[in-house]
Amino acid sequence: MTRPAAETTYYPAVEQSDRLGAFSGTSVPRVEDKRLLKGQGAFVDDLWMHRQGHVHFVRSPHAHARIVSIDVSRCEAVPGVYATLTGEEVGELQQPYFQMAPEPAGAMKDYCMAVGKARYMGEPVAAVLAESPALARDAAALIEVVYEPLEVIVDGIATIEPQAPVLHEEIGSNVAWHGVYDYGDVDWALENADHVVRIDRLHFHRFSSTPLETTGALVNWDPGTGVIEFRSNNQMPMFAAMFIGPAIGVGIDHMQFSSQDIGGGFGIKITSYTYLTALALLSRKAGRPAKWSETRWEHLAASAHGNERTFLDIEVPVMSDGTILGFKVRAFDDAGAYLRYEPLGAVIWAQVVPGNYRFKHVRVDYTETLTNKCPVGPNRGYSRLQHLWLIERIVDIVASELGYDPVELRKLNYVQPEDYPYETPNGCIYDSGDYPTMLDRALELIDYEGVRARQRESAGSGKRIGIGIGSTLDSGTNNFGQSRIINPGLPFSGNGEAAVVRLDLYGEVSVTIGTTPQGQGHETTAAQVTADILGCSPDQVHVAAGYNKAANTYVGFSGTYASQFAVTGLGAVMGAAERLRGEIIKVGAAMLGAEESDIELAGGFVRLAANHEVAIPFIGIAATVFANVAELPGELADSVTLNCRYVYRPPFTVPDYETKTGKLTLTYASQIHVAVVEVDEETGQVAILDYAAVDECGRKINPKIVEGQVHGAAGHGIGAALYESFEYDSDGQLRNSTFMDYHAATSLDVPSIRYDDIECPSPFTPNGAKGMGEGGGAPLSTICAAIADALPEGAHVVYDSHNNSERVYELLRSATSGAPRGVEVISR
Amino acid sequence: MSAESGTVHVIDVTVNGVEQRQAVSARALLVHFIRETLGLRGTHVGCDSGNCGACSVICDGELIKSCMMLAVQADGRSIETIEGLGDGPDSLDPIQEAFRAEHGLQCGYCTPGIILNAKTLLAENPNPTEQEIRRSLKGNICRCTGYVNIVRAIEAAAAAQEGVAR
Repeated sequence: MTRPAAETTYYPAVEQSDRLGAFSGTSVPRVEDKRLLKGQGAFVDDLWMHRQGHVHFVRSPHAHARIVSIDVSRCEAVPGVYATLTGEEVGELQQPYFQMAPEPAGAMKDYCMAVGKARYMGEPVAAVLAESPALARDAAALIEVVYEPLEVIVDGIATIEPQAPVLHEEIGSNVAWHGVYDYGDVDWALENADHVVRIDRLHFHRFSSTPLETTGALVNWDPGTGVIEFRSNNQMPMFAAMFIGPAIGVGIDHMQFSSQDIGGGFGIKITSYTYLTALALLSRKAGRPAKWSETRWEHLAASAHGNERTFLDIEVPVMSDGTILGFKVRAFDDAGAYLRYEPLGAVIWAQVVPGNYRFKHVRVDYTETLTNKCPVGPNRGYSRLQHLWLIERIVDIVASELGYDPVELRKLNYVQPEDYPYETPNGCIYDSGDYPTMLDRALELIDYEGVRARQRESAGSGKRIGIGIGSTLDSGTNNFGQSRIINPGLPFSGNGEAAVVRLDLYGEVSVTIGTTPQGQGHETTAAQVTADILGCSPDQVHVAAGYNKAANTYVGFSGTYASQFAVTGLGAVMGAAERLRGEIIKVGAAMLGAEESDIELAGGFVRLAANHEVAIPFIGIAATVFANVAELPGELADSVTLNCRYVYRPPFTVPDYETKTGKLTLTYASQIHVAVVEVDEETGQVAILDYAAVDECGRKINPKIVEGQVHGAAGHGIGAALYESFEYDSDGQLRNSTFMDYHAATSLDVPSIRYDDIECPSPFTPNGAKGMGEGGGAPLSTICAAIADALPEGAHVVYDSHNNSERVYELLRSATSGAPRGVEVISR
Repeated sequence: MSAESGTVHVIDVTVNGVEQRQAVSARALLVHFIRETLGLRGTHVGCDSGNCGACSVICDGELIKSCMMLAVQADGRSIETIEGLGDGPDSLDPIQEAFRAEHGLQCGYCTPGIILNAKTLLAENPNPTEQEIRRSLKGNICRCTGYVNIVRAIEAAAAAQEGVAR
């Protein structure tokens, strides 16, 4: 039973279930919690196999060096060493990974270890498999590697200059991708605007959400069957399979992936396929399972970092009433040394071209570059948070430079509640929202008028108070067809997820999904929607923990990433549960001698709607179909399996490569944040006095889980804004590669967050929900705006997304230095 | 040079109330003894530098980081790990109940260390303020929750404990 299809001109009509409600929408306690609270989780390092060996990688101390020779003879002579693997062998055993970039960067030869040359500090150059982790580490110290250091380039813009050292000779330059996104008519807007605000340079820094569990895997290449078993914490296993399979000549059908509990991912565990490949090669060579757990320094130096992006020559046309017409910018995204998920980031930001605003004219000249730094991966808010930070910086700088109230200017330029569905200049469709109300709620939470008064009172005290507003637009459910905007030859489009819902022999409701949860509570929310559809309690539904390819519940997009579970994962579960419901009713009606229309499901029973006493428990249905099937009419028995698979497919078409337009994501959850900070004039130290976040993510399945995601994402953003930044020196040495010096945000750094929410159901999804969880971007723009608000008149614009006390100190001093402020206004 | 062939010591250690005599390699860290030798996998490793607290256990009543102590140093001591909490494999103790009720965990990797931190805190200070809770937690990193619901859970556990005491 479904509601009438929603009317929309943008997508085919979507049927929305009206069965959700008894459990969906309530904060059911999480099923996962018991085992995790008891220390009974199964994380990857908790797993073992008979005869396993332990792996240690030898890594390049140089950011850029030719590998002259590697001598493993002393290492291999150590008793208890099972095998070694060098880059030279990898060059023989592995084909370069498939590249998503078009030519010339598509010619890049990337392997699981450095072949011939190391291109970032920490890149693996050799590996040891030995009987214990300690022995592997000790024996690795006996491997002698001779390097010839090469010139290093770490600057993401200077790297494209002709004199810069080239990382990949086969490409011929350090440009990974270049393209111009041009929507509307920004030249016309700049010519006709009342004011043009020019900002010289804004820089979004390099950081990572650093999951507390590092990357790891236990891999066994079975010599008898040829099947490779990967037990890992990779969070997008079928994507990994697509890279690994062709590289080592193994079919997808010969690769088994599984994971149970994953200790945080945040996107950083998507690109671990290089390590999985190396472990597979070691396992084959030694004839043993290979186990590896990354150390923290290895994780910080050589897993994946978030994208660093620099914006130059920003020009913003503004009308005298405050309407911002759009902007033009040159963007340089620094991908590090290899393209492991890139250059998808060169298009992913285009899901949110105008951010939360009604900008009509936008031109982004986008260049992705290669440098001698750790390769980037899709960190929480991937590629959008950089762009959204730019947009909020633009709005904030326009407000302060032209004297507009930062609240009113935002409200004037926001997409308005009556505008939905709202089509952006590049053809994306925002499904629903109400940003002005969210901003009002956030301002109420911090007592905006009161805190403005406090700000005035604090003048002259040496403690400067600032109030900042920011936002995030959490676009969810990707259309992978957007990959064709960066390379029209790529064979990807659409999206989807698979689920199986079945009755087991004694009537147990059992669910498997293709997702790889890392703390998002999928077992709980999947049980909630299943229970609603089947008329039972969530306690009666068993959702298999984690991912297992052998469950035959996956598609090419399976995994947990990019804010989509509530739509794709639950869409698949709902579809499968509906199919099972239909089968249960069919069998029940036959057994009760009733019409299907007279049947209802409740309390785990099939019963007559008119007489609840006439009922069969699920066990009666299952036991009959599975073990007493001769009781059923043959035609009926042939038509049911009670084992129902469904693939949810969002209604996407392929975007237009030529115009770079199309529907790039299905849903647009959002958050508006407000921060109150205190800046110490003497030290530049920033303290957060108050913080509010207002969330909107469509219909919520489990409000407490949603709120937890908002807290966590805010924590990442606050950490990045003030404490977390990967700092390389000019030799390409990462200066903070432990938790001693890479300061992951602690309980003293993240304040208590005031939370509120509104609900604007999505018309485009089967449950009205929107994917969410990636709102990590909002604190970066919010805190920048608050710092800017606290600075004295005449200070330089807040130009970096990371503002430690040193940088803020310099900004404070800039007010009296008379130096250029990094911004100018041209008015007609 | 195998780790197992280095100097080996015999230690007597009480773990979760059970006295044990075990041979340990001189170089073995306490966390690896707990995880590998005893098979208690609820104690986790999150960094190599004593910063993250995922390996926290209680040693003679004090919260320690078991990656910062050698197994031989545990000789004669009493260790409590997450497996020692609650009455049997399926029951949660009141602090664990509070974390479940307040959604004080997401991926669960830091959780055992944080629970033991809370247990130590509440034993010393049954009614902590929010700031005292935050100061207590500063050596236990959580990357999922932003600490908001962890603080709430510890406040709720304190309140429940006070209710029982009355």
